[in-house]
Amino acid sequence: MSAFARIGTASLSRRTFLISVVLAGGSLVIAPRLVGPAQAADATALTPFIRIPPAGKIELVIASVEMGQGVYMGLSTLLAEELEVRLNQIVAVAAPADPARYAHPMLGDQITGGSVTIRGFWEPMRQAGATARSMLIAAAADEWGVAPATCRAEAGEVIHTASGRRLAYGALVDKAATLPVPQGVALKPASEFQLIGKPARRIDTPAKVNGSAKFGLDARPAEAKFAAIAICPTFGGTLQSVDEAPALKVKGVRKVVRLSDAVAVVADHTGAARKGLAALDIAWNRGANGDLTIGELERSADAALDGTARVAFDQGDVDAAEARHPRGIEAIYRLPILPHTTMEPMNCTVHVRPDGCDVWVGTQVAGRARQAAADLTGLPVEKVVIHNQFLGGGFGRRLDHDVVIMAVRVAQQVDGPVQVVWSREEDVRHDSYRYLNRSRIDIRLGPDGMPVSWRHRVVGPAIMARFLPVLFKDGIDLDIVDAAESPYDVASKRVEFVRHEAPDGMLTGNWRGVGPTRNAPAVEGGIDEAAHLAGIDPVEYRRRLLGNNPRMKAVLDLAADHAGWGRDPGAERGRGVALLSAFGSFAAMVAQVHVRPDGTLKVERIVAAVDCGLVVNPDVLRQQVESGIVYGLSAALYGRLTIEQGAIVEGNFDDQPVLRMNECPLIDVHVMASAEAPGGIGELGTPGVAPALMNAIFAATGKRLRSLPLATTDLRGS
Amino acid sequence: MRRFQEVSGVAFAACAAEALLAVTLAVGSGLADDKIQPPADGTLKGVADFQSIGEPSARSRALFTEAAKVITGPRCINCHPATRSPTQGDDRHPHRPPIQAGESGMGVAGLNCHSCHRFKNTSLPGSRVGSIPGAEHWLLAPASMAWQGLTLGEICRQLKDPARNGGRSLADIHKHMSTDHLVAWAWQPGAGRRPAPGTQEVFGALIEAWIATGAECPS
Amino acid sequence: MAYSLNVNGKNYSVDVDADTPLLWALRDVIGLTGTKFGCGVAQCGACTVHLDGQAVRSCVTTVESAGTAAIMTIEAVGSTQVGNRVQQAWLEQEVVQCGYCQSGQIMSATALLNENPSPSDDDIDAVMSGNICRCGTYPRIRAAIRQIAAGPGFHRRRLR
Repeated sequence: MSAFARIGTASLSRRTFLISVVLAGGSLVIAPRLVGPAQAADATALTPFIRIPPAGKIELVIASVEMGQGVYMGLSTLLAEELEVRLNQIVAVAAPADPARYAHPMLGDQITGGSVTIRGFWEPMRQAGATARSMLIAAAADEWGVAPATCRAEAGEVIHTASGRRLAYGALVDKAATLPVPQGVALKPASEFQLIGKPARRIDTPAKVNGSAKFGLDARPAEAKFAAIAICPTFGGTLQSVDEAPALKVKGVRKVVRLSDAVAVVADHTGAARKGLAALDIAWNRGANGDLTIGELERSADAALDGTARVAFDQGDVDAAEARHPRGIEAIYRLPILPHTTMEPMNCTVHVRPDGCDVWVGTQVAGRARQAAADLTGLPVEKVVIHNQFLGGGFGRRLDHDVVIMAVRVAQQVDGPVQVVWSREEDVRHDSYRYLNRSRIDIRLGPDGMPVSWRHRVVGPAIMARFLPVLFKDGIDLDIVDAAESPYDVASKRVEFVRHEAPDGMLTGNWRGVGPTRNAPAVEGGIDEAAHLAGIDPVEYRRRLLGNNPRMKAVLDLAADHAGWGRDPGAERGRGVALLSAFGSFAAMVAQVHVRPDGTLKVERIVAAVDCGLVVNPDVLRQQVESGIVYGLSAALYGRLTIEQGAIVEGNFDDQPVLRMNECPLIDVHVMASAEAPGGIGELGTPGVAPALMNAIFAATGKRLRSLPLATTDLRGS
Repeated sequence: MRRFQEVSGVAFAACAAEALLAVTLAVGSGLADDKIQPPADGTLKGVADFQSIGEPSARSRALFTEAAKVITGPRCINCHPATRSPTQGDDRHPHRPPIQAGESGMGVAGLNCHSCHRFKNTSLPGSRVGSIPGAEHWLLAPASMAWQGLTLGEICRQLKDPARNGGRSLADIHKHMSTDHLVAWAWQPGAGRRPAPGTQEVFGALIEAWIATGAECPS
Repeated sequence: MAYSLNVNGKNYSVDVDADTPLLWALRDVIGLTGTKFGCGVAQCGACTVHLDGQAVRSCVTTVESAGTAAIMTIEAVGSTQVGNRVQQAWLEQEVVQCGYCQSGQIMSATALLNENPSPSDDDIDAVMSGNICRCGTYPRIRAAIRQIAAGPGFHRRRLR
């Protein structure tokens, strides 16, 4: 959601942060608040982010969720840097679900997604730390009767430099709370950073190597039952009938819950619940989509290429340029339906009582989950408590809370807490899918072979219309068209959007890399085709088009250099390049493939160079880019769901494979040093993978691929 | 395999399972070139059906060809692969996850056959695969007994060759085919899997009659 | 009937059907939630535990088939020398992201290293390709196993 980034950055620049500091429950509580100019005077609603207790660790409340991306580490580092404490003096705790207080500063809701967490908290978290440090120093100076300027802070203590006297922060909280809160305390320049940009171990991982980390599925409220669920296989279909007797005969099964569109079997353990569910012969009303096939949907998406388009981006005069320059390339790129297959299947544990509701779940949208539970149960929202757990992968799937809604509906028919567990098959067949995408790209070349016009028509759903309406403007989903205009200098450019929705009842959502993942294959495939037509080396061609984009050009050169671009890759081998400017960051990727005459494809190596601005933690950054690449590889090679008789056909890793260790290429990530504001990294690695591979296959075989996944293409005889 | 279509409206017509074979990453299969195809139906003729063939060597070859419906069926041949990696399913696709059975035929420490294949079939209610096959001593046939990629005649000659059949006499072969519990598994393969044609008894009788008629091999 | 399971050196009685996967007995009946559910069909390896030292997929290993074998889970593997080294190497190479698959990855790697203290890259592939990670930690898992294979005194080297 780098479209998020643009809007967010614009709004951030108009706002300032107000830091509130109070004594609450014996602790010094520091609350950074984002305030617009009109609300600058209103600082009554306090959102505690940091608590400094009289003794013990400093508590940092994390409004975002940890799903592997290292957010606990990242935010702790920002605070520790300015507060002058060691990382091990901070304990990170999950914020409660409360969007009114814990909304992300750029997104306006309590959402973890779009690669914006660090970007959003980069300023306020450091500002809060600096403000608190300044007050603690002032408190100590007052205590000692010296000037604050003669004191410094270090590792959670204030030190009077001349005398060597020391006071721990905890001993200063009472006095600090009585002091005026200074605003606009100067932040450290990057040259003085002790923690930011330095390697440091993640703080969330020790619990993840010994089995003690608690994910959603590990919630174990007392007396909990376990439920297996079958949701109507056709989108929008309903339950017709089910005889519960066969399930009730299974040892440990307690109850069969009927919902309008699902059946759940509740038991003493998940094994019995699954066995009971499998024993049922459920009759479904297949509904309006009962005969749907993937072929129908593919044809419908193709037809939408000629549908009514809205102009999302317009520069120069594309019509005139096309009229003057007939030479160029026109191509259609087609992307399939994708599941997320987070490693932890969907699940949610719920306890509905007359006076309240507890929900244990790993979600990227805790606030929405809480509101949904309140709406379903009729309870006031304050009576719903979301116990957010570690997420066993997010990738955008847990930005939707359909799972919470389903689990609450089951729990309303169960006495006591119940953990509703999706089988992997249910998880795949009831996802919030990355829906079909079509791109028609039309690039015209001038006499020198360089592009003079760029027309990119994008066919896709408008997810933001429901998900984040602020990003749905004038009929255009600003995320779906994100990066469709390319980073290249072309005098005339136009991006057109044709809204094309999935059938009713089929949930479509955000998938790692969001809009840019949809657009990168056409953008980077298209420019590669243009370079080929012009007879110019693909890297050199791109370089010539980046005169106004020095950061992009620099990462291209870095990646090309490390990949050995220009040197012979060897027999049956080829290299392909792809660029991406999105999420406030820049990435260049070079893939090397080996295609044997029998059609066997091996991805040998991927070299990535990234410029994400200032780096908070270099190793977490590398992890995220590696992760994005592997996620992109799985999709590029294998990702594709099909539909027959209204239902998703694939269901598990045997028929919807993902990358395994033996297929994983060498991955080299090179990070550009930068002092610019931090950009996003979580989604940055994914979009470029598919086009880099497609371009590499072209280099190796002369076959120009324009559809994914690659496994549906016969490469024999190349 | 359907060829990639650059500009057609529906580029994805090939079925996913079949199409995935086109890109076999790191695990070569060569399935498309296999000479043996699985039998079309589940029937197996008895020895009596071959009495009308008077010439013993012709009868012997016919008996073996009939017995080969079992031998070359997916339940048997999936674990007699050309490489040290088993195949799966009636289409004999590469085993998922990828398995290196190694010299021992049992896999390697950390991921061996018994990591998943227990002493009997494990039913997986609600899953597409139906069950995980299992039997005591589940393992891959030795490399010398690879059948995939061979003609019927080549399989036959290998079966008779003590240097490649584990030092077995023809009587041992008959005993193995008619009584071995791993062979027997082919007729009780668990939910989600088509059994081998006929019965082990009929199969054993065919092998016995083949031996009795000279154990002739098809060319 | 009730089955007696020996898990991490302790005996537990679980009153479940014979065909109940060990996974659910461990997680839901005994309460050891470190062993994870990922696919239910032995495709992903998240549920890997050791049965008498052998790595098995607990989602397709029935309580009946576990019998009297000594079962070890992620909660106890750190008490073994090799298991502890694997956990430490995982932290040193900063392998973990979301962490959900890592219980199974660590159990597989420990089983590999118990039998084969210096695995080649092919050996690593042969075992670890049975475990899926959606965060893409494969290069670092390889690096961590190589680190252990190289023995003490090894310093972090370039990732593959």
